[in-house]
Amino acid sequence: MDPRPPKFDVRHLDLWYGQTQALKDVSFSIDPNTITALIGPSGCGKSTFLRVLDRMNDLIEGVRVEGSVLYDGEDIFGDRDVIELRKRVGMVFQKPNPFPMSIWDNIAYGPRVHGVKDKKALSDLVERSLVQAALFDEVKDRLHKPALGLSGGQQQRLCIARVLAVEPDVLLMDEPTSALDPISTAKIETLLDELKRRYTIVIVTHNMQQAGRVSDRTGFFLHGELVEYAPTRDIFFNPRDERTENYISGRFG
Amino acid sequence: MKRQRALEKTIEATLFGAAAVSVLAVILITVFLFQSGLPLFGKVKVSEFLFSTDWAPTAATPRFGILSFIVGSFSVTGLSLLFAVPVGLAVGIYLAELAEKKNSRLIRSAVELLAGIPSVIYGLFGIAVISAASRTLFGGSGYSVLSAAIVLAIMTLPTIINVTEVSLRALPRELKEGSLALGATEWQTIGKVLVPAARSGIVAGVILGMGRAIGETMAVLMVGGNAPIMPTGLNSMVRTLTMNIITDMSYATGDHLTSLFATGIVLFAFILILNLGVQLILKRTISQVEGAAGA
Repeated sequence: MDPRPPKFDVRHLDLWYGQTQALKDVSFSIDPNTITALIGPSGCGKSTFLRVLDRMNDLIEGVRVEGSVLYDGEDIFGDRDVIELRKRVGMVFQKPNPFPMSIWDNIAYGPRVHGVKDKKALSDLVERSLVQAALFDEVKDRLHKPALGLSGGQQQRLCIARVLAVEPDVLLMDEPTSALDPISTAKIETLLDELKRRYTIVIVTHNMQQAGRVSDRTGFFLHGELVEYAPTRDIFFNPRDERTENYISGRFG
Repeated sequence: MKRQRALEKTIEATLFGAAAVSVLAVILITVFLFQSGLPLFGKVKVSEFLFSTDWAPTAATPRFGILSFIVGSFSVTGLSLLFAVPVGLAVGIYLAELAEKKNSRLIRSAVELLAGIPSVIYGLFGIAVISAASRTLFGGSGYSVLSAAIVLAIMTLPTIINVTEVSLRALPRELKEGSLALGATEWQTIGKVLVPAARSGIVAGVILGMGRAIGETMAVLMVGGNAPIMPTGLNSMVRTLTMNIITDMSYATGDHLTSLFATGIVLFAFILILNLGVQLILKRTISQVEGAAGA
Protein backbone atom coordinates (compact mmCIF):
# COMPACT_ATOMS: atom_id res chain seq x y z
CA MET A 1 0.00 0.00 0.00
CA ASP A 2 1.03 3.54 -0.71
CA PRO A 3 1.78 5.28 2.56
CA ARG A 4 0.92 8.70 1.13
CA PRO A 5 -2.61 10.08 1.49
CA PRO A 6 -4.86 9.51 -1.54
CA LYS A 7 -4.95 12.05 -4.39
CA PHE A 8 -8.71 11.81 -4.62
CA ASP A 9 -11.04 10.58 -1.96
CA VAL A 10 -14.59 10.16 -3.20
CA ARG A 11 -17.30 9.68 -0.61
CA HIS A 12 -20.93 8.79 -1.25
CA LEU A 13 -21.07 10.69 -4.51
CA ASP A 14 -24.52 11.02 -6.12
CA LEU A 15 -25.14 12.95 -9.31
CA TRP A 16 -28.35 13.81 -11.12
CA TYR A 17 -29.00 15.19 -14.57
CA GLY A 18 -32.38 16.77 -13.88
CA GLN A 19 -34.47 13.81 -12.67
CA THR A 20 -32.10 11.11 -13.90
CA GLN A 21 -29.57 9.79 -11.43
CA ALA A 22 -26.29 9.19 -13.26
CA LEU A 23 -24.06 8.28 -10.31
CA LYS A 24 -25.19 6.34 -7.25
CA ASP A 25 -23.29 6.38 -4.00
CA VAL A 26 -19.81 6.13 -5.51
CA SER A 27 -17.03 5.85 -2.94
CA PHE A 28 -13.37 5.09 -3.55
CA SER A 29 -9.95 6.65 -3.44
CA ILE A 30 -7.22 7.15 -5.99
CA ASP A 31 -3.56 6.93 -5.00
CA PRO A 32 -0.96 9.37 -6.29
CA ASN A 33 1.25 8.36 -9.23
CA THR A 34 -1.01 5.54 -10.30
CA ILE A 35 -3.04 4.93 -13.40
CA THR A 36 -6.66 4.18 -12.67
CA ALA A 37 -8.81 2.82 -15.48
CA LEU A 38 -12.58 3.25 -15.43
CA ILE A 39 -14.46 0.72 -17.54
CA GLY A 40 -18.09 -0.13 -18.17
CA PRO A 41 -20.74 -0.11 -20.89
CA SER A 42 -21.85 3.13 -22.57
CA GLY A 43 -23.96 5.32 -20.33
CA CYS A 44 -22.73 3.63 -17.14
CA GLY A 45 -21.53 6.92 -15.65
CA LYS A 46 -17.76 6.54 -16.03
CA SER A 47 -17.32 9.66 -18.17
CA THR A 48 -19.72 11.58 -15.95
CA PHE A 49 -17.62 10.57 -12.98
CA LEU A 50 -14.41 11.66 -14.68
CA ARG A 51 -15.94 15.04 -15.40
CA VAL A 52 -16.82 15.48 -11.73
CA LEU A 53 -13.14 15.40 -10.84
CA ASP A 54 -12.36 18.69 -12.63
CA ARG A 55 -15.92 19.98 -12.34
CA MET A 56 -16.51 20.05 -16.09
CA ASN A 57 -20.06 18.95 -15.30
CA ASP A 58 -20.64 22.48 -14.04
CA LEU A 59 -21.09 23.41 -17.70
CA ILE A 60 -24.20 21.27 -18.06
CA GLU A 61 -27.48 22.80 -16.98
CA GLY A 62 -29.45 20.99 -14.32
CA VAL A 63 -26.62 18.94 -12.80
CA ARG A 64 -26.86 18.30 -9.08
CA VAL A 65 -24.18 16.67 -7.00
CA GLU A 66 -24.28 15.27 -3.46
CA GLY A 67 -21.53 13.72 -1.40
CA SER A 68 -17.94 14.84 -1.42
CA VAL A 69 -14.80 14.57 -3.46
CA LEU A 70 -11.60 15.41 -1.63
CA TYR A 71 -8.61 16.41 -3.74
CA ASP A 72 -5.44 16.48 -1.64
CA GLY A 73 -7.77 16.51 1.34
CA GLU A 74 -9.83 19.49 0.20
CA ASP A 75 -13.44 19.32 -0.97
CA ILE A 76 -13.56 20.29 -4.66
CA PHE A 77 -17.12 21.58 -4.24
CA GLY A 78 -16.14 23.78 -1.32
CA ASP A 79 -14.49 27.17 -1.48
CA ARG A 80 -11.84 25.89 -3.85
CA ASP A 81 -11.52 28.02 -6.96
CA VAL A 82 -12.65 26.02 -9.98
CA ILE A 83 -10.02 27.72 -12.19
CA GLU A 84 -7.29 26.62 -9.81
CA LEU A 85 -8.78 23.11 -9.67
CA ARG A 86 -8.82 22.78 -13.46
CA LYS A 87 -5.25 24.02 -13.63
CA ARG A 88 -4.15 21.27 -11.25
CA VAL A 89 -6.43 18.62 -12.73
CA GLY A 90 -6.03 18.57 -16.50
CA MET A 91 -8.27 16.79 -18.96
CA VAL A 92 -7.70 15.14 -22.34
CA PHE A 93 -10.84 14.56 -24.37
CA GLN A 94 -12.06 11.72 -26.52
CA LYS A 95 -11.81 13.68 -29.74
CA PRO A 96 -8.54 15.57 -30.25
CA ASN A 97 -9.51 19.24 -29.87
CA PRO A 98 -6.55 21.44 -30.81
CA PHE A 99 -7.41 25.11 -31.12
CA PRO A 100 -7.33 26.52 -34.65
CA MET A 101 -3.97 28.20 -34.10
CA SER A 102 -0.33 27.21 -34.44
CA ILE A 103 1.21 24.28 -32.58
CA TRP A 104 3.26 26.68 -30.48
CA ASP A 105 0.26 28.85 -29.61
CA ASN A 106 -1.77 25.79 -28.67
CA ILE A 107 0.79 24.73 -26.06
CA ALA A 108 1.44 28.28 -24.86
CA TYR A 109 -2.29 28.96 -24.46
CA GLY A 110 -2.61 27.43 -20.99
CA PRO A 111 0.45 29.12 -19.44
CA ARG A 112 -0.58 32.40 -21.04
CA VAL A 113 -4.07 32.43 -19.54
CA HIS A 114 -2.43 31.73 -16.21
CA GLY A 115 -0.26 34.82 -16.59
CA VAL A 116 3.07 33.64 -18.05
CA LYS A 117 4.15 36.41 -20.40
CA ASP A 118 7.90 35.94 -20.76
CA LYS A 119 8.62 34.66 -24.26
CA LYS A 120 11.65 32.64 -23.18
CA ALA A 121 9.77 30.94 -20.37
CA LEU A 122 6.92 30.14 -22.74
CA SER A 123 9.29 28.71 -25.33
CA ASP A 124 10.90 26.49 -22.71
CA LEU A 125 7.50 25.28 -21.55
CA VAL A 126 6.38 24.56 -25.12
CA GLU A 127 9.48 22.52 -25.85
CA ARG A 128 9.44 20.66 -22.54
CA SER A 129 5.75 19.80 -22.88
CA LEU A 130 6.17 18.55 -26.44
CA VAL A 131 9.13 16.42 -25.41
CA GLN A 132 7.15 14.97 -22.52
CA ALA A 133 4.28 14.17 -24.86
CA ALA A 134 6.72 12.44 -27.26
CA LEU A 135 5.79 14.82 -30.05
CA PHE A 136 8.70 17.25 -30.18
CA ASP A 137 10.82 15.45 -32.79
CA GLU A 138 7.88 15.17 -35.16
CA VAL A 139 6.91 18.84 -35.03
CA LYS A 140 10.03 20.79 -34.08
CA ASP A 141 10.42 22.15 -37.63
CA ARG A 142 6.85 23.39 -37.89
CA LEU A 143 5.98 24.79 -34.47
CA HIS A 144 4.39 27.82 -36.07
CA LYS A 145 2.24 25.86 -38.52
CA PRO A 146 -1.48 25.26 -37.83
CA ALA A 147 -2.10 22.47 -35.35
CA LEU A 148 -5.04 21.27 -37.41
CA GLY A 149 -2.58 20.10 -40.05
CA LEU A 150 -1.30 17.32 -37.76
CA SER A 151 -2.56 13.74 -37.96
CA GLY A 152 -5.19 12.57 -35.46
CA GLY A 153 -2.62 10.79 -33.29
CA GLN A 154 -0.31 13.80 -33.32
CA GLN A 155 -3.24 16.09 -32.48
CA GLN A 156 -4.06 13.97 -29.44
CA ARG A 157 -0.45 14.06 -28.23
CA LEU A 158 -0.54 17.82 -28.83
CA CYS A 159 -3.59 17.99 -26.56
CA ILE A 160 -1.70 16.02 -23.92
CA ALA A 161 1.26 18.41 -24.28
CA ARG A 162 -1.13 21.34 -23.98
CA VAL A 163 -2.38 20.00 -20.66
CA LEU A 164 1.15 19.27 -19.42
CA ALA A 165 2.18 22.85 -20.18
CA VAL A 166 0.03 24.19 -17.33
CA GLU A 167 2.02 21.85 -15.04
CA PRO A 168 -0.89 19.92 -13.60
CA ASP A 169 -0.83 17.26 -10.94
CA VAL A 170 -3.54 14.96 -12.28
CA LEU A 171 -4.41 13.92 -15.84
CA LEU A 172 -7.97 12.90 -16.62
CA MET A 173 -8.40 11.14 -19.93
CA ASP A 174 -11.76 10.45 -21.48
CA GLU A 175 -11.27 7.61 -23.98
CA PRO A 176 -8.19 9.37 -25.35
CA THR A 177 -7.41 6.77 -28.01
CA SER A 178 -10.86 5.76 -29.20
CA ALA A 179 -10.57 7.97 -32.29
CA LEU A 180 -7.02 6.85 -33.12
CA ASP A 181 -5.36 4.09 -35.13
CA PRO A 182 -3.49 1.25 -33.36
CA ILE A 183 -0.02 2.76 -33.88
CA SER A 184 -1.02 6.13 -32.41
CA THR A 185 -2.77 4.27 -29.60
CA ALA A 186 0.40 2.34 -28.80
CA LYS A 187 2.40 5.58 -28.71
CA ILE A 188 0.00 7.13 -26.25
CA GLU A 189 -0.07 4.03 -24.06
CA THR A 190 3.73 4.05 -23.87
CA LEU A 191 3.54 7.70 -23.00
CA LEU A 192 1.11 7.03 -20.15
CA ASP A 193 3.62 4.75 -18.50
CA GLU A 194 6.20 7.54 -18.62
CA LEU A 195 3.79 10.17 -17.35
CA LYS A 196 2.74 8.10 -14.37
CA ARG A 197 6.02 8.92 -12.61
CA ARG A 198 5.03 12.55 -12.34
CA TYR A 199 1.27 12.56 -12.53
CA THR A 200 -1.75 10.76 -11.23
CA ILE A 201 -3.75 9.49 -14.19
CA VAL A 202 -7.39 8.51 -14.44
CA ILE A 203 -8.42 7.08 -17.79
CA VAL A 204 -11.87 6.15 -19.05
CA THR A 205 -11.70 3.47 -21.71
CA HIS A 206 -13.97 1.23 -23.72
CA ASN A 207 -11.04 -0.91 -24.63
CA MET A 208 -10.53 -3.55 -21.99
CA GLN A 209 -7.17 -4.67 -23.33
CA GLN A 210 -6.08 -1.07 -22.90
CA ALA A 211 -7.26 -1.01 -19.31
CA GLY A 212 -5.37 -4.25 -18.75
CA ARG A 213 -2.20 -2.95 -20.37
CA VAL A 214 -1.87 0.46 -18.79
CA SER A 215 -3.61 0.64 -15.45
CA ASP A 216 -2.69 -0.21 -11.90
CA ARG A 217 -6.24 -0.27 -10.61
CA THR A 218 -9.52 -0.60 -12.43
CA GLY A 219 -13.01 0.49 -11.48
CA PHE A 220 -16.02 -1.12 -13.14
CA PHE A 221 -19.11 1.07 -13.45
CA LEU A 222 -22.60 -0.21 -14.23
CA HIS A 223 -25.82 1.82 -14.21
CA GLY A 224 -24.16 4.63 -12.27
CA GLU A 225 -22.75 2.37 -9.57
CA LEU A 226 -19.15 1.51 -8.95
CA VAL A 227 -19.55 -2.26 -8.92
CA GLU A 228 -15.97 -3.18 -8.23
CA TYR A 229 -12.71 -1.34 -7.71
CA ALA A 230 -9.53 -3.36 -7.35
CA PRO A 231 -6.02 -3.88 -8.68
CA THR A 232 -6.37 -4.36 -12.42
CA ARG A 233 -5.09 -7.91 -12.34
CA ASP A 234 -7.78 -8.92 -9.84
CA ILE A 235 -10.53 -7.29 -11.88
CA PHE A 236 -9.50 -9.21 -14.96
CA PHE A 237 -8.47 -12.56 -13.51
CA ASN A 238 -10.26 -12.80 -10.24
CA PRO A 239 -13.34 -10.54 -10.20
CA ARG A 240 -15.34 -10.73 -7.03
CA ASP A 241 -18.63 -9.55 -8.44
CA GLU A 242 -20.55 -11.67 -10.91
CA ARG A 243 -21.49 -8.59 -12.95
CA THR A 244 -17.83 -7.69 -13.39
CA GLU A 245 -17.06 -11.18 -14.55
CA ASN A 246 -19.95 -11.10 -17.04
CA TYR A 247 -18.74 -7.80 -18.46
CA ILE A 248 -15.10 -8.81 -18.64
CA SER A 249 -15.93 -12.05 -20.38
CA GLY A 250 -17.99 -10.14 -22.90
CA ARG A 251 -21.45 -11.32 -21.92
CA PHE A 252 -22.85 -7.78 -22.17
CA GLY A 253 -21.74 -4.24 -22.81
CA MET B 1 -42.01 2.55 -63.11
CA LYS B 2 -42.02 4.47 -66.33
CA ARG B 3 -44.48 7.00 -65.01
CA GLN B 4 -42.40 7.54 -61.94
CA ARG B 5 -39.32 8.16 -64.06
CA ALA B 6 -41.23 10.68 -66.17
CA LEU B 7 -42.47 12.41 -63.03
CA GLU B 8 -38.95 12.69 -61.66
CA LYS B 9 -37.72 14.08 -64.95
CA THR B 10 -40.49 16.69 -64.87
CA ILE B 11 -39.69 17.73 -61.32
CA GLU B 12 -36.01 17.99 -62.18
CA ALA B 13 -36.75 20.10 -65.24
CA THR B 14 -39.06 22.42 -63.27
CA LEU B 15 -36.45 22.99 -60.58
CA PHE B 16 -33.80 23.60 -63.21
CA GLY B 17 -36.11 26.09 -64.87
CA ALA B 18 -36.61 27.95 -61.60
CA ALA B 19 -32.87 28.06 -61.03
CA ALA B 20 -32.32 29.28 -64.58
CA VAL B 21 -34.80 32.11 -64.06
CA SER B 22 -32.77 33.55 -61.18
CA VAL B 23 -29.53 33.37 -63.16
CA LEU B 24 -31.31 34.95 -66.12
CA ALA B 25 -32.59 37.75 -63.88
CA VAL B 26 -29.06 38.63 -62.81
CA ILE B 27 -27.87 38.63 -66.40
CA LEU B 28 -30.79 40.73 -67.60
CA ILE B 29 -30.34 43.30 -64.85
CA THR B 30 -26.64 43.59 -65.59
CA VAL B 31 -27.14 43.92 -69.35
CA PHE B 32 -29.94 46.42 -68.93
CA LEU B 33 -28.03 48.52 -66.43
CA PHE B 34 -24.91 48.70 -68.54
CA GLN B 35 -26.88 49.31 -71.72
CA SER B 36 -28.63 52.26 -70.14
CA GLY B 37 -25.64 53.69 -68.30
CA LEU B 38 -22.56 53.12 -70.45
CA PRO B 39 -23.52 55.59 -73.23
CA LEU B 40 -22.76 58.39 -70.78
CA PHE B 41 -19.08 57.66 -71.12
CA GLY B 42 -19.21 58.61 -74.77
CA LYS B 43 -19.73 62.18 -73.58
CA VAL B 44 -18.21 62.25 -70.10
CA LYS B 45 -14.82 60.78 -69.31
CA VAL B 46 -14.91 57.91 -66.78
CA SER B 47 -12.25 59.64 -64.71
CA GLU B 48 -14.27 62.85 -64.62
CA PHE B 49 -17.43 60.98 -63.67
CA LEU B 50 -15.69 59.12 -60.82
CA PHE B 51 -13.29 61.77 -59.56
CA SER B 52 -15.04 65.12 -60.00
CA THR B 53 -17.20 66.57 -57.29
CA ASP B 54 -19.05 68.86 -59.67
CA TRP B 55 -22.61 67.62 -60.06
CA ALA B 56 -24.71 69.99 -62.21
CA PRO B 57 -26.72 67.76 -64.52
CA THR B 58 -29.24 70.40 -65.52
CA ALA B 59 -26.81 73.32 -66.08
CA ALA B 60 -26.32 74.88 -69.51
CA THR B 61 -23.14 72.83 -69.84
CA PRO B 62 -24.11 69.87 -67.63
CA ARG B 63 -21.39 68.41 -65.43
CA PHE B 64 -21.53 64.92 -64.02
CA GLY B 65 -19.13 64.28 -61.17
CA ILE B 66 -20.21 61.77 -58.51
CA LEU B 67 -17.17 61.67 -56.24
CA SER B 68 -19.11 63.39 -53.43
CA PHE B 69 -21.70 60.64 -53.55
CA ILE B 70 -19.12 57.85 -53.58
CA VAL B 71 -17.48 59.47 -50.57
CA GLY B 72 -20.95 59.95 -49.08
CA SER B 73 -21.85 56.28 -49.49
CA PHE B 74 -18.59 55.08 -48.01
CA SER B 75 -18.50 57.50 -45.09
CA VAL B 76 -22.08 56.72 -44.09
CA THR B 77 -21.55 52.97 -44.49
CA GLY B 78 -18.17 52.99 -42.78
CA LEU B 79 -19.41 55.01 -39.84
CA SER B 80 -22.48 52.81 -39.49
CA LEU B 81 -20.26 49.71 -39.30
CA LEU B 82 -18.16 51.44 -36.67
CA PHE B 83 -21.31 51.60 -34.55
CA ALA B 84 -22.90 48.31 -35.58
CA VAL B 85 -19.93 45.92 -35.43
CA PRO B 86 -19.04 46.24 -31.73
CA VAL B 87 -22.68 46.17 -30.65
CA GLY B 88 -23.54 43.34 -33.06
CA LEU B 89 -20.54 41.27 -31.91
CA ALA B 90 -21.40 41.84 -28.28
CA VAL B 91 -25.03 40.80 -28.74
CA GLY B 92 -24.05 37.80 -30.89
CA ILE B 93 -21.54 36.62 -28.28
CA TYR B 94 -24.06 37.15 -25.50
CA LEU B 95 -26.71 35.12 -27.34
CA ALA B 96 -24.37 32.29 -28.28
CA GLU B 97 -22.39 31.91 -25.08
CA LEU B 98 -23.82 33.71 -22.09
CA ALA B 99 -27.58 34.29 -22.23
CA GLU B 100 -29.98 32.02 -20.41
CA LYS B 101 -32.53 30.32 -22.65
CA LYS B 102 -35.38 32.62 -21.68
CA ASN B 103 -33.41 35.82 -22.30
CA SER B 104 -31.91 34.62 -25.54
CA ARG B 105 -35.34 33.68 -26.91
CA LEU B 106 -36.65 37.13 -26.12
CA ILE B 107 -33.66 38.94 -27.62
CA ARG B 108 -33.61 36.72 -30.67
CA SER B 109 -37.23 37.45 -31.51
CA ALA B 110 -36.60 41.17 -31.02
CA VAL B 111 -33.66 40.98 -33.42
CA GLU B 112 -35.76 39.10 -35.97
CA LEU B 113 -38.43 41.75 -35.70
CA LEU B 114 -35.80 44.44 -36.22
CA ALA B 115 -34.75 42.72 -39.43
CA GLY B 116 -38.31 42.71 -40.71
CA ILE B 117 -39.10 46.41 -40.25
CA PRO B 118 -39.47 48.21 -43.62
CA SER B 119 -36.75 50.76 -44.23
CA VAL B 120 -39.23 53.63 -44.56
CA ILE B 121 -40.20 53.03 -40.93
CA TYR B 122 -36.54 53.29 -39.98
CA GLY B 123 -36.53 56.57 -41.87
CA LEU B 124 -39.50 57.88 -39.91
CA PHE B 125 -37.86 56.82 -36.67
CA GLY B 126 -34.68 58.53 -37.85
CA ILE B 127 -36.48 61.80 -38.52
CA ALA B 128 -38.48 61.76 -35.31
CA VAL B 129 -35.77 60.61 -32.92
CA ILE B 130 -32.25 60.60 -34.28
CA SER B 131 -32.30 63.77 -36.37
CA ALA B 132 -34.15 65.56 -33.59
CA ALA B 133 -31.59 64.44 -31.01
CA SER B 134 -28.73 65.36 -33.31
CA ARG B 135 -30.24 68.81 -33.81
CA THR B 136 -30.44 69.36 -30.08
CA LEU B 137 -26.97 68.00 -29.38
CA PHE B 138 -24.90 69.23 -32.31
CA GLY B 139 -27.00 71.98 -33.90
CA GLY B 140 -27.59 72.26 -37.63
CA SER B 141 -30.47 70.62 -39.44
CA GLY B 142 -30.05 67.22 -37.85
CA TYR B 143 -29.97 65.67 -41.33
CA SER B 144 -26.41 64.49 -41.58
CA VAL B 145 -23.79 61.81 -42.09
CA LEU B 146 -24.07 60.96 -38.42
CA SER B 147 -27.87 60.58 -38.42
CA ALA B 148 -27.80 58.44 -41.56
CA ALA B 149 -25.02 56.28 -40.13
CA ILE B 150 -26.90 55.68 -36.89
CA VAL B 151 -30.06 54.63 -38.72
CA LEU B 152 -28.03 52.35 -40.98
CA ALA B 153 -26.23 50.89 -37.98
CA ILE B 154 -29.53 49.86 -36.42
CA MET B 155 -30.60 48.34 -39.73
CA THR B 156 -27.39 46.31 -40.11
CA LEU B 157 -27.39 45.05 -36.53
CA PRO B 158 -29.61 41.99 -37.16
CA THR B 159 -27.30 40.68 -39.90
CA ILE B 160 -24.18 41.04 -37.76
CA ILE B 161 -25.84 39.62 -34.64
CA ASN B 162 -27.21 36.61 -36.49
CA VAL B 163 -24.03 35.72 -38.28
CA THR B 164 -21.93 36.14 -35.14
CA GLU B 165 -24.26 33.91 -33.14
CA VAL B 166 -24.50 31.26 -35.85
CA SER B 167 -20.72 31.20 -36.40
CA LEU B 168 -20.07 30.79 -32.67
CA ARG B 169 -22.71 28.09 -32.29
CA ALA B 170 -21.27 26.19 -35.23
CA LEU B 171 -17.97 25.71 -33.37
CA PRO B 172 -17.46 22.24 -31.89
CA ARG B 173 -18.23 22.10 -28.18
CA GLU B 174 -14.86 20.44 -27.61
CA LEU B 175 -13.12 23.72 -28.39
CA LYS B 176 -14.80 25.52 -25.51
CA GLU B 177 -14.37 22.57 -23.15
CA GLY B 178 -10.72 22.25 -24.09
CA SER B 179 -10.07 25.82 -23.08
CA LEU B 180 -12.10 25.72 -19.86
CA ALA B 181 -10.47 22.43 -18.86
CA LEU B 182 -7.08 24.18 -18.99
CA GLY B 183 -8.35 26.56 -16.34
CA ALA B 184 -9.15 29.46 -18.65
CA THR B 185 -12.02 31.70 -17.61
CA GLU B 186 -15.14 32.00 -19.71
CA TRP B 187 -13.99 35.40 -20.99
CA GLN B 188 -10.54 34.16 -21.94
CA THR B 189 -12.18 31.25 -23.75
CA ILE B 190 -14.50 33.55 -25.70
CA GLY B 191 -11.88 36.15 -26.52
CA LYS B 192 -8.87 34.00 -27.27
CA VAL B 193 -10.36 30.81 -28.69
CA LEU B 194 -13.99 31.07 -29.76
CA VAL B 195 -14.15 34.46 -31.48
CA PRO B 196 -10.85 33.91 -33.37
CA ALA B 197 -12.08 30.47 -34.44
CA ALA B 198 -15.34 31.97 -35.73
CA ARG B 199 -13.54 34.93 -37.31
CA SER B 200 -14.13 34.09 -40.97
CA GLY B 201 -17.86 33.70 -40.51
CA ILE B 202 -18.09 36.90 -38.52
CA VAL B 203 -16.16 38.86 -41.15
CA ALA B 204 -18.42 37.47 -43.87
CA GLY B 205 -21.41 38.66 -41.84
CA VAL B 206 -19.98 42.12 -41.46
CA ILE B 207 -19.42 42.36 -45.21
CA LEU B 208 -22.98 41.19 -45.86
CA GLY B 209 -24.20 43.90 -43.51
CA MET B 210 -22.00 46.40 -45.30
CA GLY B 211 -23.58 45.39 -48.61
CA ARG B 212 -26.99 45.97 -47.15
CA ALA B 213 -25.93 49.36 -45.79
CA ILE B 214 -24.34 50.61 -48.99
CA GLY B 215 -27.42 49.64 -51.00
CA GLU B 216 -29.94 51.10 -48.56
CA THR B 217 -31.90 53.99 -50.05
CA MET B 218 -35.08 55.04 -48.33
CA ALA B 219 -33.92 55.36 -44.75
CA VAL B 220 -30.76 57.32 -45.56
CA LEU B 221 -32.69 59.54 -47.96
CA MET B 222 -34.99 60.53 -45.11
CA VAL B 223 -32.26 61.47 -42.63
CA GLY B 224 -29.17 62.26 -44.75
CA GLY B 225 -30.19 65.71 -45.97
CA ASN B 226 -29.50 64.80 -49.62
CA ALA B 227 -27.45 67.94 -50.45
CA PRO B 228 -25.24 67.17 -53.48
CA ILE B 229 -22.07 68.33 -51.76
CA MET B 230 -18.91 66.71 -50.50
CA PRO B 231 -19.55 65.88 -46.83
CA THR B 232 -17.14 67.83 -44.66
CA GLY B 233 -17.87 66.32 -41.27
CA LEU B 234 -20.21 64.21 -39.21
CA ASN B 235 -22.76 66.99 -39.00
CA SER B 236 -22.59 67.74 -42.72
CA MET B 237 -25.47 66.88 -45.05
CA VAL B 238 -24.76 63.99 -47.33
CA ARG B 239 -25.96 62.41 -50.56
CA THR B 240 -25.13 58.77 -51.27
CA LEU B 241 -25.07 56.94 -54.61
CA THR B 242 -28.51 55.47 -53.94
CA MET B 243 -29.94 58.86 -52.96
CA ASN B 244 -28.52 60.37 -56.13
CA ILE B 245 -30.34 57.84 -58.28
CA ILE B 246 -33.71 58.14 -56.56
CA THR B 247 -33.76 61.93 -56.22
CA ASP B 248 -33.61 62.85 -59.88
CA MET B 249 -35.15 59.71 -61.34
CA SER B 250 -38.67 61.06 -61.55
CA TYR B 251 -37.84 63.93 -63.90
CA ALA B 252 -34.40 63.32 -65.46
CA THR B 253 -34.10 62.97 -69.23
CA GLY B 254 -31.34 62.52 -71.79
CA ASP B 255 -27.76 62.51 -70.48
CA HIS B 256 -29.00 63.30 -67.01
CA LEU B 257 -31.04 60.08 -66.99
CA THR B 258 -28.12 58.14 -68.43
CA SER B 259 -25.88 59.49 -65.67
CA LEU B 260 -28.24 58.05 -63.07
CA PHE B 261 -27.94 54.61 -64.64
CA ALA B 262 -24.16 55.10 -64.68
CA THR B 263 -24.35 55.86 -60.94
CA GLY B 264 -26.19 52.54 -60.68
CA ILE B 265 -23.30 50.79 -62.43
CA VAL B 266 -20.87 52.16 -59.85
CA LEU B 267 -23.08 51.00 -56.99
CA PHE B 268 -23.51 47.62 -58.65
CA ALA B 269 -19.75 47.26 -59.00
CA PHE B 270 -19.18 48.03 -55.32
CA ILE B 271 -21.76 45.49 -54.23
CA LEU B 272 -20.36 42.89 -56.62
CA ILE B 273 -16.90 43.36 -55.12
CA LEU B 274 -18.28 43.00 -51.59
CA ASN B 275 -20.12 39.80 -52.55
CA LEU B 276 -17.04 38.31 -54.15
CA GLY B 277 -15.19 39.16 -50.97
CA VAL B 278 -17.75 37.26 -48.88
CA GLN B 279 -17.57 34.23 -51.15
CA LEU B 280 -13.80 34.21 -50.98
CA ILE B 281 -13.88 34.33 -47.20
CA LEU B 282 -16.52 31.62 -46.94
CA LYS B 283 -14.56 29.38 -49.29
CA ARG B 284 -11.53 29.81 -47.07
CA THR B 285 -13.58 28.92 -44.01
CA ILE B 286 -14.94 25.79 -45.63
CA SER B 287 -11.52 24.60 -46.72
CA GLN B 288 -10.25 25.23 -43.18
CA VAL B 289 -13.04 23.09 -41.74
CA GLU B 290 -12.42 20.35 -44.29
CA GLY B 291 -8.73 20.51 -43.56
CA ALA B 292 -9.51 19.95 -39.89
CA ALA B 293 -11.86 17.05 -40.58
CA GLY B 294 -9.50 15.38 -43.02
CA ALA B 295 -6.50 15.50 -40.71
